[in-house]
Amino acid sequence: MNENDAFTEMDPLTIKKARRHISQNEGLIFEKSLPGKRGMELPPLDVPSIDPAKTLGEFARHGITDFPEVSEIEVIRHFTRLSTWNYAIDLGMYPLGSCTMKYNPRVNEFVARLEGLATEHPLQPDEVSQGCLRVIHDLQKCLLEITGMDAATLEPVAGAQGELTGLLLIRSYLESKGNPREKVLIPDSAHGTNPASVVIAGYEVQNIKSNERGQIDIAHFREFVTDEVAALMITNPSTLGVYEENIAEIAEILHARGALLYMDGANMNALAGVTRPGDFGVDVMHLNLHKTFSTPHGGGGPGAGPVTVKKILEPFLPVPVVKETNGRFALDYDRPKSIGRVRAYCGNFGVLLRALAYTLAYGPRIRQATEDAVLNANYIRKHLEDLYDLPYNLPSMHEVVFSDARQRKHGVNTMDIAKRLIDYGFHPYTTAFPLIVPGALMIEPTESESKEECDLFIDAMRSIAAEAETNPEIVKTAPHATRVGRLDEVAAARKPILRWRPRQNQDAQKAAASRGEQAPVVPTA
Amino acid sequence: MRYLPKSQSERRQMLDAIGAKSIETLFETIPAKYRLRDPLKLPGPLSEMEIIDYFKARAAENSRGYTSFLGAGVYQHLKSVVTDALVQRGEFLTSYTPYQAEISQGTLQAIFEFQTLMSQLTGQEVANASMYDGSTALTEAVLMAERLTRRHRVLVADTVHPEYRHVLATYAKHLGISVEEFGFTTTGQADVSAISDETLAESAAVVVQSPNFFGVLEKLAPIAERAHAAGALLIDCVTEPVSLGIVKPPEEADIVALEAQSFGVPPSYGGPFVGVIATQEKFVRQMPGRLAGEALDAEGRRGFCLTLATREQHIRREKATSNICTNEALYALVVTIHLCLLGKEGLRELASQNLAKARFAQDELRKIPGVALPFSGTTFNEFVAEFPRPVQEINRKLLAERIVGPLVLDKYYPQNERRGLICVTETMPRSEIERFAAAMRKIVAN
Repeated sequence: MNENDAFTEMDPLTIKKARRHISQNEGLIFEKSLPGKRGMELPPLDVPSIDPAKTLGEFARHGITDFPEVSEIEVIRHFTRLSTWNYAIDLGMYPLGSCTMKYNPRVNEFVARLEGLATEHPLQPDEVSQGCLRVIHDLQKCLLEITGMDAATLEPVAGAQGELTGLLLIRSYLESKGNPREKVLIPDSAHGTNPASVVIAGYEVQNIKSNERGQIDIAHFREFVTDEVAALMITNPSTLGVYEENIAEIAEILHARGALLYMDGANMNALAGVTRPGDFGVDVMHLNLHKTFSTPHGGGGPGAGPVTVKKILEPFLPVPVVKETNGRFALDYDRPKSIGRVRAYCGNFGVLLRALAYTLAYGPRIRQATEDAVLNANYIRKHLEDLYDLPYNLPSMHEVVFSDARQRKHGVNTMDIAKRLIDYGFHPYTTAFPLIVPGALMIEPTESESKEECDLFIDAMRSIAAEAETNPEIVKTAPHATRVGRLDEVAAARKPILRWRPRQNQDAQKAAASRGEQAPVVPTA
Repeated sequence: MRYLPKSQSERRQMLDAIGAKSIETLFETIPAKYRLRDPLKLPGPLSEMEIIDYFKARAAENSRGYTSFLGAGVYQHLKSVVTDALVQRGEFLTSYTPYQAEISQGTLQAIFEFQTLMSQLTGQEVANASMYDGSTALTEAVLMAERLTRRHRVLVADTVHPEYRHVLATYAKHLGISVEEFGFTTTGQADVSAISDETLAESAAVVVQSPNFFGVLEKLAPIAERAHAAGALLIDCVTEPVSLGIVKPPEEADIVALEAQSFGVPPSYGGPFVGVIATQEKFVRQMPGRLAGEALDAEGRRGFCLTLATREQHIRREKATSNICTNEALYALVVTIHLCLLGKEGLRELASQNLAKARFAQDELRKIPGVALPFSGTTFNEFVAEFPRPVQEINRKLLAERIVGPLVLDKYYPQNERRGLICVTETMPRSEIERFAAAMRKIVAN
């Protein structure tokens, strides 16, 4: 089928959310470069100038080969054009399960850039850092209230680093009791970062199978909890979007054997304001501020992965710790039992600040966000469960996981459906995860979606289910409306091209010419 | 609530469609005794104006109006308003990791450009899409060297950023990697002669930083030669990459761990920043972190996608090269835009201005009786000065003059209470350098 045929399928009755529009072509910035152009000028030097070549002698560098030389307007156009090739929350629903792609409030961006906050140096004296320290302190208090825990560190800069920090806290605690133990139990539904973090913390991974209901089988679990087990690392609600019904009992079993319960807080958006992990037996957990607390994903970071813990783990928190004495704040480095330091300075302060702005906006009404998130997921489930297979038929919380079992009969898999969603104006859901669901469609709408947007999504998914039966080819070859089609990732990995080089430019130019496109400019530097 | 796009009647309609009596029924899988009865005790809810007021009040409690001579891995540099205007486009700000290449070409091409810029700057063949920051990039570089050499010792110069070394120690401890530190000479450079050939032959890597924590440039070629002769790798850490505009790139290093904050990223009390690992093509499969690569679609159109993902945790789970998941993509974009604006000439000029300003400050301080510059090595925009009295004491007095003085080296290097680390970038006006020198002269004399 050629592209035009595909577009006849894009009639406005079928695809309501999107239609085609022109997007600008744009080469690599290096292909626009010409000697002598620049996009930024510096104020004149107000001290005697010196010759770097003479001053630096053997250390001197004489120019950087092929470094770009472009004007300001070219930089503006270049990156603006690139930006229009991205999908974003600001454009519409981003139903990526487990990723909690919610609205990123603009005021958060504004306050993060204030002079006096963005400008502060992490090593400046505490006397002139009281504002920053109070931001950290206030956010800690909020996170402790939300999670029901006793102490926190905001140093970890990603969920995965939070996991590692939490595991090191467990290790140090158990070491202080005489034996760090060897294994960490992980359900097979877990995210891949969990086992990777366990290994870096020096533990062995013991995978435990979920039962036919996607839950931890208590009887089976009990057998696994030996004196070698340091902890269970669990995501709750699980990656199926289902609350682990026996979580409190699981905690008791672990505690009775001297082991601890780690909770991956990736799915905290289903719980905030409704229930607190600290109350149902969790000893240590991390939060993803770039998920539950609305800080922007930015195309893959930055994030922040604060860790909250029960009292028993507090002495082991990484340095520095923010300490309050009579309304004055200070960084405390004198913590002999600390696991050490997981990142330089005080973590991703700019992300922490945004998360605090988000929390202050809701206050105690954060429960409403949780309720709306769960409402949206259940609403979508209700309207799709007649067409898509639901492998684990348990009550959904903030996300719902279908499988492609029915569509596969027509040769259409979850990835095809996901790619076809792009033509309908949506970002795909999470595909092929969790691993316990073959051909998974993991859908998390978040509270940020209106009923109207949910209806459009349902409409799109229903339409694609129909296409899978009547016209599977159009689904299997999707997307049809994007700048590029599915890329040959296998070939890209076999012979990776990871940077631009001038000779490549020559090839690109030839290739572009053969396609009738405007040839990129070759730098002559 | 302004962030929630539903009316009460829509909520009711949706509950009806689901067949749920109330919202409570959707939470019934949570045992009743763990469901909260009362609202959480949180401050708020606050309107937009109130949020701005809260943060403006916090900003007023910090160092606004002070002149700071701190560097030590975090630098004040000029930036253009263009960068911020571009990165605040929602299409960059509010997009996810570009796994769905067809609708993420903007981010992917920008990452590819970032990788190219970082390779060009460092003189290495390839660079990754970013790490959390310099400290974690250095740690991951060491783990990478361990995988490449299958050796479990690593030799780290004392002149590497102390907080970076602390992070490395925290990670290494549980991975069976023994980290051994070695000293420095009177030039302020790493003292490689302190390392025996036997030790070297058992080590995965020698780790240095250039410019190092004292601001002194390291001679990498002889260190690389010794390391390579013993089968060890050389890792170079760069915390002030503006230097690379005029200083020879670390081509001799096998792995470069770099902090790119200097390129348009605000200090922001320590983060978010942008770490990078750059290396040679032959080591790329042991490099952690995401990578964007060029690819073609079925029609032969050029595009970009994340590649070599089989190294990563979401595929390899416990066998992954690292547990890194999110990185710092948005700030890598800041760096990319900033460097495109600066360009070849701009970066060279910027670096030259840093050198000139720091040399000017050195000359001003040298004129003060009792103040000395203890290290003889070549410096870029930072240097160590020695004072006739404890820096802590001097800094208290400088603070009264609204000057944040030198970093007290004693914090990291005991018995160095009279030495301080001073950074002077292009943003420091000559008049402030002179005011600093005058205040210092007065304090030292009293």
